[in-house]
Amino acid sequence: MEENKDLIVILQQIQQKALEALQKINSSEDLEHWKAVFLGRSSEVMQVFKEIPAMEVGMRPVLGQKANIVKTELEKHFEAAREHIQQAALTNSITQQKLDVTLPGRLPERGRLHIATQTLQEIYRILAEMGFQVYRSREVESDEYNFELLNIPAHHPARDLWDTFYTKKDGIILRTHTSPGQIHAMHEYAPDPVRIILPGMVYRYEQMDASHEIQFNQIEMLAVGKNITFGDLRGTLEEFVKRMFGSGVETRLRPSYFPFTEPSAEMDMKCIACSGKGCTVCSGTGWLEILGCGMVHPTVLMNGGYDPEKFSGFAAGLGTERISMLRYGVDDIRNFWANDIRFLKQF
Amino acid sequence: MKLVLSWLKEFVDIDGSLEELASTMTMIGLEVENIQLVGLSLPEGEHLEHVYNGLAWDKDKVVVAEVTEVMPHPNADRLVLCKLKDGQGEQVVLTGAPNLYDYKGKGALSKPLKVAYAREGTTLYDGHQPGKVLTTLKHMKIRGVESSSMICSEKELGISDEHEGVIILDEDAPVGMPLVDYMGDAVIEVSILPNMVRDACMLGAAREIAAATHKTLRNPQPKLQGSGPKIEGEVKIQITDPELNPRFVFGMVHSATAQPSPYWVQRRLHLAGMRPINSTVDATNYVMLEVGEPLHAFDYDILKKRAGGKTPTIITRAAKKGERLTTLDNVERELDDFTILVTDTAGPLALAGVMGGLESEITDSTRTILLEGASWNFIHTRRTVTSQKLQSEAGYRFSRNIHPALAKLGVELCLSRIAEWSGGQIAVGLVDAYPKPHADPALEISAEDIKHLIGISLTLEEISDLLTRLEFGCRIEGDHICVQCPPHRMDIGEGIIGKADLMEEITRLYGYDRIPSTRISDALPPQRVNIQDDIERNIKNALIGIGLQETINYRLTSPEEEMRMLPGQAQSAEKEYVELLNPISQDKRVMRSMLMPQMLINLEKNIRHADRLGFFEIGPVFLPKTNEALPEEEHRLCVGLAGLDQKKTWDRKESRKLDFYDLKGIIEALLDALHVENVIFNPGEHIFFHPGKYAAMHWNDLEIGVLGEIHPKILGKYDFFENNVLIADINLQLLKKTLPLSFRSKAVSTFPPVLEDLAIIVSDEMPSRDVETVIRNAGGDLLTNVALFDVFKGEQIGSGKKSLAYNLTFQAFDRTLTDKNIEKTREKIIKALENQIQAVVRKK
Repeated sequence: MEENKDLIVILQQIQQKALEALQKINSSEDLEHWKAVFLGRSSEVMQVFKEIPAMEVGMRPVLGQKANIVKTELEKHFEAAREHIQQAALTNSITQQKLDVTLPGRLPERGRLHIATQTLQEIYRILAEMGFQVYRSREVESDEYNFELLNIPAHHPARDLWDTFYTKKDGIILRTHTSPGQIHAMHEYAPDPVRIILPGMVYRYEQMDASHEIQFNQIEMLAVGKNITFGDLRGTLEEFVKRMFGSGVETRLRPSYFPFTEPSAEMDMKCIACSGKGCTVCSGTGWLEILGCGMVHPTVLMNGGYDPEKFSGFAAGLGTERISMLRYGVDDIRNFWANDIRFLKQF
Repeated sequence: MKLVLSWLKEFVDIDGSLEELASTMTMIGLEVENIQLVGLSLPEGEHLEHVYNGLAWDKDKVVVAEVTEVMPHPNADRLVLCKLKDGQGEQVVLTGAPNLYDYKGKGALSKPLKVAYAREGTTLYDGHQPGKVLTTLKHMKIRGVESSSMICSEKELGISDEHEGVIILDEDAPVGMPLVDYMGDAVIEVSILPNMVRDACMLGAAREIAAATHKTLRNPQPKLQGSGPKIEGEVKIQITDPELNPRFVFGMVHSATAQPSPYWVQRRLHLAGMRPINSTVDATNYVMLEVGEPLHAFDYDILKKRAGGKTPTIITRAAKKGERLTTLDNVERELDDFTILVTDTAGPLALAGVMGGLESEITDSTRTILLEGASWNFIHTRRTVTSQKLQSEAGYRFSRNIHPALAKLGVELCLSRIAEWSGGQIAVGLVDAYPKPHADPALEISAEDIKHLIGISLTLEEISDLLTRLEFGCRIEGDHICVQCPPHRMDIGEGIIGKADLMEEITRLYGYDRIPSTRISDALPPQRVNIQDDIERNIKNALIGIGLQETINYRLTSPEEEMRMLPGQAQSAEKEYVELLNPISQDKRVMRSMLMPQMLINLEKNIRHADRLGFFEIGPVFLPKTNEALPEEEHRLCVGLAGLDQKKTWDRKESRKLDFYDLKGIIEALLDALHVENVIFNPGEHIFFHPGKYAAMHWNDLEIGVLGEIHPKILGKYDFFENNVLIADINLQLLKKTLPLSFRSKAVSTFPPVLEDLAIIVSDEMPSRDVETVIRNAGGDLLTNVALFDVFKGEQIGSGKKSLAYNLTFQAFDRTLTDKNIEKTREKIIKALENQIQAVVRKK
């Protein structure tokens, strides 16, 4: 009886001793050592198990139970301590691996389209959604296609609208607008209806400065059909401007003159830099001229192979570098063909 | 065109604000560029959409005054003291105006001089400083005399740059009246569209304003005397070609004396941008600005002398090539055969419609004035203006086509102005030669026409009202209107073109902003694919995916810039270019024939801004074709690399230089993206490239492009430091031929592959492509991939030899391959290598 009581006391002492020892442990090595000492084969708990068969039969279950409880309790604490130590070790290592996240990343080479191409492609996308397809034509043109067939006879004062580069071959010039493509396209399409855009580089004999270039991209829209109206022109252009500059943008049409359209108009847009209050971008007027347009002149329709009694059409053109300049605040058009990587990589 | 507000008001009532007027003008096609205030103040309480500048005159401080006596300054010869009444009292005002010297010391003036007087504290422009610098009048002492106010010059009031003397107002100016109420004004500068030259005058612009604002236009009426000598018999007109000169009108004034014009005339001319000269010249300019007809005054006595005392005959004709005339700007001009001349029996007198000749010009001593108003062929006039590089107010107008009706009106108005301002007697009648009367078009237009083209429904009455406001004659007949064009319009055509012209007039006056926006209701046309565009877009997308930057260059260059890329001796090679007749500069005088030289310059320019450069450009080059006027526009792709393989970073200090294989890899990746197969890279020679680091790209028999490292000799002519420069150039028309019509994907095997290495030794000269071909041909279907992973040369394998090591992948679609399965294939490959290219297989 006394012996039984002694063993129970011993078990209690073992547990107390072991837990005290465990509390001081903070490394996995020490923990493994502790496990060997307090839960290993030759540990005191295991010794108690060995002694149980020598005990009184009636006491054995009680003792066995008690020893098991102590063993389980130690194992539970061991697991907890192991968990704790692992966590601490991980936390410790993470702390030591801290980076300076403000150091710059290693940038891969990012390819980019030239800003002029980006703007052109955006316009293609918008107009493609509206049913207009890209049609290209040559840049070195004949006077006939650039002027004559567009209702601009030789020596006509309307020619003052375009300062022209002439080549040394008689009658061959650098196209001053993408409009010769109107004639090429009509010749190709007639008598089918037409709905195309004519993009590309055009040339003007000008003194170059921050807002004048000798070479720039233009996009022209051309729609020819049996029921195309001035109202359609206005509706189409307004839709285009809204998609390009945002649905809130305000526009107006005012009379203008182009030899190849009649009636002719220019579309102005409320200045996007100052919302129409007046600033340096819009020269204080609150309006920006963005495109020229009109109903295709009967003479041009005829020259294209369409009967102006039956067919009508509209055309509209805009300079796309100017659009880029407005949108991105580029203040000098000469940046576009200078190919300075410091400019190009901003887009 | 500078439109003077007070002048416009002579022809039309204007009740709205200046801002409203400007908006109305812009919206009917007279686009307002800016508004210069000449005394009037800025419109208040309105959002201003126009650019205003100029000076407002303070109502209380700037008034009409009269000078009653001009006295000498006690201490200065060049200054005078003026006794002046300004409606509030009398003061003495100091001035240095030379035009008052004549009155100095003459005692009280019998006729006081009316002047513009500015009191102390007035802000106006400083007359002594160039440009427009504001200053405020302060009390000061000048040479011992107190001064705090001023008699003003035109410059000080912002009327013109004139500061030679003070303004002497017309006699009827009411003393004490605020000057702004007497002659406050504004100048509205508009840009005149090429088809609206009819509005390059006060009457024309007023007509548009009247039409737009539903006002009545007051047409100017000439005041001609009913008696006096007749012009008949004094001069004859002979028009050689009515196509060149449809109408020629002469009027005559006897005993006119040129003198300074009334001040209001001078002021109007100044405001409209012209210099007053004398009352006769001013009258011609005034009428031109008033109704748009340029006029020319001859000294009749000189003409008579040239005719040897007989009746002068004026002949209009085309100039003979090489004929000469000294114009009144004192330039002797050699004439072209398209130039129209006004001549007499003794020779040329004037460049018709552009500028008068020096000899027959009126002078201050001219007594008998022969006044010409005419109509000239606008195309011929424009050609003369262009070829003589002679810009004049007359040339500007006549080269845009002026209606012949104005010739008569202009002469009549001018005669009455000359008589009024220069005195003299107007000869009765005109000599009017009008061999080819202009037929003003008669047109028909229906409501349906407008509905169809413009998209709005107007009644015939509404259409008729709009056109009538612009002075078109309208008569409704059934379902259409018969329209008669008014005798000042030259821009309305006949037939269907005239109809379109009318449509513009109707829409313009109706208001573009009232046209409802609609969506195109017409059927969508057949869609056509633009293959060229698709290909170029695919190439661009592939190349930016590889990390290249697109560049776009001027298509204009110089032969020198292109030849800079050639090694020394080749530079003299003659090459044909598309060459400009009127280049803007020598370095942009031809269209480029290659992309590579500009690419090289782009790389050179940027090499100091980046460690690694990777550029590409797609665009045309221009190649003249024999026997054809238009050049070939060949679209090409150019890729350029320079610098390091990888950018330096804070932890990566070293990087190798880019080389041939980097460029080749990019081209291969591009071909892969386009699914192009069977392009082979062959060694060769090219003047631009390092002979050992160059390849031509072949597809079947076509050479579609070249690539390589730029020849060191060429590189030496550029500033690239130690960098390699690599360029590829591909003909897109040819590349297009290599594109497969369609592309089909291949299945991926689910069975594991067998991987083997194979190392062989071959002659150093053996192209690796040949080795790979042998392996692939021998490997058959089971060999699914061959990848070169090592190239080695060295002592161990002997000189003139190289070792190539490959990873071979064997895979089947229907089973798992074992080592045994591929034994035969492996042996076949080895045998083929040994037999066909004498390779030695290295044992593992």
